[in-house]
Amino acid sequence: MNVVDHPKKDGQDRASPSVEHFVSREPFDPKAIEKLTPEQEQIYLASQKRLMWWKFKRHKVAVWCGLFLAVMYAAIVFAEFLAPYSLETRDAKHIYAPPQSLRLFHDGQFVGPFVYGYKQTLDLKTLKRIYDDDTGKVEKLRFFCRGDAYRFWGMIPGNLHLVCPAERGQFFFLGADRLGRDVLSRMIYGARISLTIGLLGVAISFILGIVIGGLAGYYGGIVDLVVQRIIEVVQSLPTIPLWLALAAIMPVTWSPILVYFGITIILGMLEWTSLARAVRSKLLSLREEDYVLAARLLGAGPSRIIGRHLIPGFMSHLIASATITIPTMILGETALSFLGLGLRSPIVSWGVLLNEAQNINVVALYPWLMWPVAPVILVILAFNFFGDGLRDAADPYA
Amino acid sequence: MLAYIIKRALYMVPTLVLISILVFVLIELPPGDYFESYVTALLASGERVDPQKIEFLRQHYGFDLPAYERYFKWAFGLLHGDFGYSFEYELPVRDVIGDRLYLTMIVTFFTVLFTWAVAFPIGIYSATRQYSWGDYGLTFVGLLGLATPNFLLALVMLYFAKEWFGTSIGGLYDSEYIGQPMSWGKFVSVLEHLWIPVIVIGTSGTAGMIRRVRANLLDELRRPYVTTARAKGMPEFRALMKYPFRMSLNFFIADIGGILPQVISGAEVVAIVLSLQTTGPLLISALQSQDMYLAGSFLMLLAFLTVIGVLISDIALALLDPRIRLAGGVSR
Repeated sequence: MNVVDHPKKDGQDRASPSVEHFVSREPFDPKAIEKLTPEQEQIYLASQKRLMWWKFKRHKVAVWCGLFLAVMYAAIVFAEFLAPYSLETRDAKHIYAPPQSLRLFHDGQFVGPFVYGYKQTLDLKTLKRIYDDDTGKVEKLRFFCRGDAYRFWGMIPGNLHLVCPAERGQFFFLGADRLGRDVLSRMIYGARISLTIGLLGVAISFILGIVIGGLAGYYGGIVDLVVQRIIEVVQSLPTIPLWLALAAIMPVTWSPILVYFGITIILGMLEWTSLARAVRSKLLSLREEDYVLAARLLGAGPSRIIGRHLIPGFMSHLIASATITIPTMILGETALSFLGLGLRSPIVSWGVLLNEAQNINVVALYPWLMWPVAPVILVILAFNFFGDGLRDAADPYA
Repeated sequence: MLAYIIKRALYMVPTLVLISILVFVLIELPPGDYFESYVTALLASGERVDPQKIEFLRQHYGFDLPAYERYFKWAFGLLHGDFGYSFEYELPVRDVIGDRLYLTMIVTFFTVLFTWAVAFPIGIYSATRQYSWGDYGLTFVGLLGLATPNFLLALVMLYFAKEWFGTSIGGLYDSEYIGQPMSWGKFVSVLEHLWIPVIVIGTSGTAGMIRRVRANLLDELRRPYVTTARAKGMPEFRALMKYPFRMSLNFFIADIGGILPQVISGAEVVAIVLSLQTTGPLLISALQSQDMYLAGSFLMLLAFLTVIGVLISDIALALLDPRIRLAGGVSR
């Protein structure tokens, strides 16, 4: 720094002429003190987005959860390819087959990934099929192979799979259900519905929340009062009974795809309240800002002021809080489908799959039918941590 | 204080009116009515249907009236404690509900207590040891409870309780008390069966509560008065208990309003899986068979339960915190 470095002067010093008056010989630069080191410059001049990204990166768990979710959502795009079987393939000979464990070594020799075939016996007392590993049958898995035919996204026909069972063999990694369908494949297909239903539902509640909360916050007064009352009413209602009632409204004759959209709308209709509240309180504080007054004086209408000047101010907050409501929706869909009021087959979601695990016999005899709960738990945990990270990052100056 | 309570109680009236309209619209929305599904069911099982009887029933229950008239009839009935008539059970709704509502209240009450008992110590621990392994671990366990679907947890616990303790825990009391009026023996039996639903429902609410207690207490702990207390040499535990703890207690009571709807809706689903004699199983069957007055009354009563719970929490809060009383506002 080349700032003029005056020696400390107080009354006494000034009195004694012995102290020399120091003057720096450097040329005077009034802006010198405002100059930043390169590191500081990087921080102070970084855009808001960049700051958020840095802040988000510091939350390691959130980053990993975000990656996990990205992988899950990428997987639903290629569900047909990733699933070893197609959705409706039935293996009548292997009803309720237990999971086969993946092995690498047979008799101490490396053979690559394979499974042992099933040895089936019938318990004559209980008439239950008992499956054992048949160590004589080594069924090597095939990769990038031709297997069950499918229509990719219901349109393009194909039969390429990432992994298939050996010829005339089975590969039930997570077991088979009461019709001999592969649980793993059905879970992969189910992800498509379960994961998107949360996103669509949030999108609906997002729009409702912004519009309703925006009107209440911007206009205030009587509009605000009414909206506040409505929010209070909706929030004081127990959600699941209400979801049940709304789901019961949908006629049984609706096609599965209509039911799917119906469910997303139902989920979205009850979850907008917290978002609307957030929007309202933010708007109430932001609308007093000078730049809003400036916009109004320039003749901007309410919708332009809300959309162009106010919402960008707290969008990041909104996205973060919306992320946190996705788990509620996924759980809601699961509960509805489990109770038989949500989606029904042939549509497959994790909730529909869990519907099969509805009685205690399943827990006792075929516990692998409960596997679809694993992705539910993982995805919900991941969304929670991811949302936490986003929420911290949404306010990078804190 | 009295003025505050009265004001707060009056606030309930418009809320309840709005809820009743909403509920009525909901139960009216499904196309057709109970009699239509009743007639189809009879025809399907090969029985003869007397159209005159159906027409008589329709008129008797006012199905020929316009919707708003029926709403007023229903709403005024509610005020008198007359909840209408259940077509499926051919009984007044009040008799069908019986003591199910009390049982729902008992389950809810104990679940809230359980949530507190778990979330409170964990929240305090997490806040005082922020970013420690204990903090992370306990928060994670709480989240795990949130992420596990209630109904499946109930099913698994049902199985293990049978395996390990040999008790049948389905239902809320032993089978010999079914249809019996409430007695001491029945009450004890209820308490014995209560723990599974309470734990199952409680797990989903604790995570949120832990999170909020932690955040709240962390805010309080950063206040200057805590620093002052520490600077004066007050022992850490006392510095925590004296003020920050009491401040977060306020919030605890205020939070009832937040968790009550959640607990009640959790209780409904779990009740269906565990076949508890609460409102859950009846509600779902009523919804499916369009037994509209039964379903509507259930929804209304559940909402009423929540609203009353919030009212009690607000009043308790006003008793604890003079600021709220003096401001005269509603706490939420």
